[in-house]
Amino acid sequence: MKSKFVSVLTVSLLLALPLSLPGQKNSCIECHKELDEEKLRAPGESYTTDIHRQFGLGCQDCHGGNPLQDDMELAKDKSFKGAPEKAKIPEFCASCHSNSEYMRRFNPNIRVDQLQVYWTSQHGQLLRKGDPNVAVCTDCHGVHGIQASNFPKSTTFAWNIPQTCGRCHSSQDYMKAYGIPVNQVDDYKQSVHARALFEKKDLSAPVCNDCHGNHGASPPEVTSIAFVCRQCHSSAGELFSQSPHKPAFDGLGISECEACHGNHKILAPNDEMLAAGRNDICSQCHDTGTEPYDAGLRMKKNLDHYVASFQTAQDLLERAEKQGVEVSEPRYKLQEASTTLILVRNLTHGLALTAMEAKLNEGNKIIAEVKALGEAALKEARFRKTGLVVATVFIFLLALALYLKIRELLSKPTSST
Amino acid sequence: MSRLWQNVLSYFETRFKFSALIEFGKKKKVPEHKLSFWYYFGGLCLFLFIIQVLTGVMLLLYYTPSIDAAYESIQFIMGQVKFGWLIRSVHSWTANILIGAIFVHMFSTFFLKAYRPPRELTWASGFFLLILFLAFGFSGYLLPWNELSFFATRVGTDIAGTIPLVGKSLKTFILGGPEVSGATLSRFFWLHVAVLPAFALLVLGVHILLVQILGISKPIGIVESKEISFFPGFILKDALGWLLILAAIGVLCVFFPWEVGQKADPFSPTPLGIKPEWYFTFMFTTLKVIPSHIFSMEGEVLAILAFMLGGLCWMLVPFLDRRSAHEMKSPAFSVAGLFILLYIIVMTALTYFAPRL
Amino acid sequence: MNRRKFVNFFLGGALLGTVASLLYPVIRYLIPPRQVEALAKRIAAAKVGELAPNSAKLFKFSSSPALLINTAEGQLRAFSAVCTHLACTVWYESDTETLFCPCHNGRFDLAGNVISGPPPRPLEAYNVEVVGGEIFVSKKA
Repeated sequence: MKSKFVSVLTVSLLLALPLSLPGQKNSCIECHKELDEEKLRAPGESYTTDIHRQFGLGCQDCHGGNPLQDDMELAKDKSFKGAPEKAKIPEFCASCHSNSEYMRRFNPNIRVDQLQVYWTSQHGQLLRKGDPNVAVCTDCHGVHGIQASNFPKSTTFAWNIPQTCGRCHSSQDYMKAYGIPVNQVDDYKQSVHARALFEKKDLSAPVCNDCHGNHGASPPEVTSIAFVCRQCHSSAGELFSQSPHKPAFDGLGISECEACHGNHKILAPNDEMLAAGRNDICSQCHDTGTEPYDAGLRMKKNLDHYVASFQTAQDLLERAEKQGVEVSEPRYKLQEASTTLILVRNLTHGLALTAMEAKLNEGNKIIAEVKALGEAALKEARFRKTGLVVATVFIFLLALALYLKIRELLSKPTSST
Repeated sequence: MSRLWQNVLSYFETRFKFSALIEFGKKKKVPEHKLSFWYYFGGLCLFLFIIQVLTGVMLLLYYTPSIDAAYESIQFIMGQVKFGWLIRSVHSWTANILIGAIFVHMFSTFFLKAYRPPRELTWASGFFLLILFLAFGFSGYLLPWNELSFFATRVGTDIAGTIPLVGKSLKTFILGGPEVSGATLSRFFWLHVAVLPAFALLVLGVHILLVQILGISKPIGIVESKEISFFPGFILKDALGWLLILAAIGVLCVFFPWEVGQKADPFSPTPLGIKPEWYFTFMFTTLKVIPSHIFSMEGEVLAILAFMLGGLCWMLVPFLDRRSAHEMKSPAFSVAGLFILLYIIVMTALTYFAPRL
Repeated sequence: MNRRKFVNFFLGGALLGTVASLLYPVIRYLIPPRQVEALAKRIAAAKVGELAPNSAKLFKFSSSPALLINTAEGQLRAFSAVCTHLACTVWYESDTETLFCPCHNGRFDLAGNVISGPPPRPLEAYNVEVVGGEIFVSKKA
């Protein structure tokens, strides 16, 4: 009896095995994996990492069909939707992603307005007009290996976004039809924002979607560029708004920040952007000899003078440090002077010459203190060397005297040595 | 000699009776031959140790052994205390020179077979001194509580922790807890300024006493019988060497003062290329290059055990080298010693020239 | 003077000079320096009553800038003024009663937590004690 029980158990287990394998039967993937054509084989392979799969969704949840059927005709049953054509993709995805009752099963906080926003974008508007070449959901998010946007390998993770947008927007052939330039990604890559993002891994740095929107992607309008920049650079923005430039720019229809800083290739600003500098921007509007231009000249002169003074102080400290003197206290003080410089440079946005000069004066006092400490440190370094020479001279004299004494003692074989 | 000086001397003579000692020193002879240059290294070690004690005592005046204050106190010594930079740099430089001198002294006595009877215990006590001074170096290195010292200590104690059976308890005992912390700093400070100096003085006393009682050994095969007196001849020559080393230390400290470094942050990741002080690097690099498994034993564990066994054999050399005990040349031991020396030199050099091993 | 006497004088003189040049630094070392202690872990940041409510004072603490704030309700708080984004110095903004970093608009609340902007971590908070007429700031244990 026992042996019969065992054999029945074994057979049952063997029969149950296929049904208990992890991930139920999926004839779609089984079949598609064997196909020769790359386009038909890829879905099966890339779906293993897809976020939808992690939530328990399978091929049939989007494409319909019956994954339990091995026969192709039976598998592609009534419910089978197949792959949607490009123009229908947004609605295809939205059939779930815009259904808040459905989506909250998986993530109660996820947004469900993407399609609505998409229709307001350039891509959406052109798609509605019948252009099949614009970006749809799958162009940015991928098709079967979709990852959450906060996953570093995702095509929509912050530092991957320039590449994702650039797939089309950097292609001359592709953009020819729209007359859009293709240098944006290249320009962006030279910017401070790109450096912060790619080199310092600062995820708070802006990428394409931060200024252009993601689902509602459009170029910001002239008036709204400033608002975009002010999201992070509010202090510069406020100063600008209080300056005479604001009404002037608004009147001329010039975009505020972009006029001086550019849009994609935003480089680290420097004092050379002021009047008479190498990258003089003031002269774009102001003629030499005018009051505004002279104000710009004064700003530049003050800043140059301060920077030179700061540099001298720093050099002093470095020289002292190289000679071995400890300069952490003066260095700390110099930090304050550096912060002053940052603040004053920011004040240029407000064109507030008096405020700038007042602040620079404070900074100059600090620099003077640091220079004094630096000089003292150098003096200390000289003192050390002098002291060393004195001590070493005495030591050598002593050594010489000792040597003579030794010779004297050892040259007397009969004495009590 | 002036009257005053005579009176002073005789006053102390009646009370301390040191003239017997001086007579002993004058009678005592030190062999002089082409290899007697090496004799000076022992006295050099003593001189450097004295410098360490003096500068160490002075550093104690301003140093604070707590993780909130240790780094800052070193910064204070280097920046605010007059000549603090000098005292501290002398202490740090001399520590390294001392250990170098110990190695030279050890290997020179080895090759000159000074360990042969009756000097086996001089050799053994010397071996203990080597261990004590390596411990001095290891414990002292943590005290500034900067990045390098923190991580070097962590790496070093991690290695100690891999010793089979006793490793974990040993590591916990050394660290005063499961990892490098304020408790470790207190413990290392305790070792560095109290325990190790006490033991070192004891063992050093024995070592020097033995040298005085037994005299300085003459290498096997040297026939010349030229000798100089210990006092004043040898001592004055010793002093000459000491003066020159002192001048060299001064130059080093003025042109290469010891750095303060960055304060240790236990939460930051181990910096790349972290390594212990140079005198430990030959062991450190051995552990890096040894294959991870040898005959189903972990390579690192095997290497550590091999070092311990090696150390034991090294200490027992006087008892193993029967030929030199009978005043016969024992080239086998010389060659073995040469290999060991070359191994140490090569592995140390590799640490710096091929850091990516 | 014979040779022997010369050598002895020479020896004595050189010995004296060497000992003096070694003793001089030692004695200077032992004399207490002007700044009496190493950078303190506990510092008197201000006097009681020095700060009006809803204002702040920037002071140096253990070689970095720090802020002592007297909140509008009269509570004393102290923080490291080093912004956790890119190390600019943080200011106290009395109209918003928040700590503000002018470099990239980082903003912290009166508990040091980040409320907006790029800073990735909260500001380090310090202990504040009032002893006698002074306000002492020290690192949290």
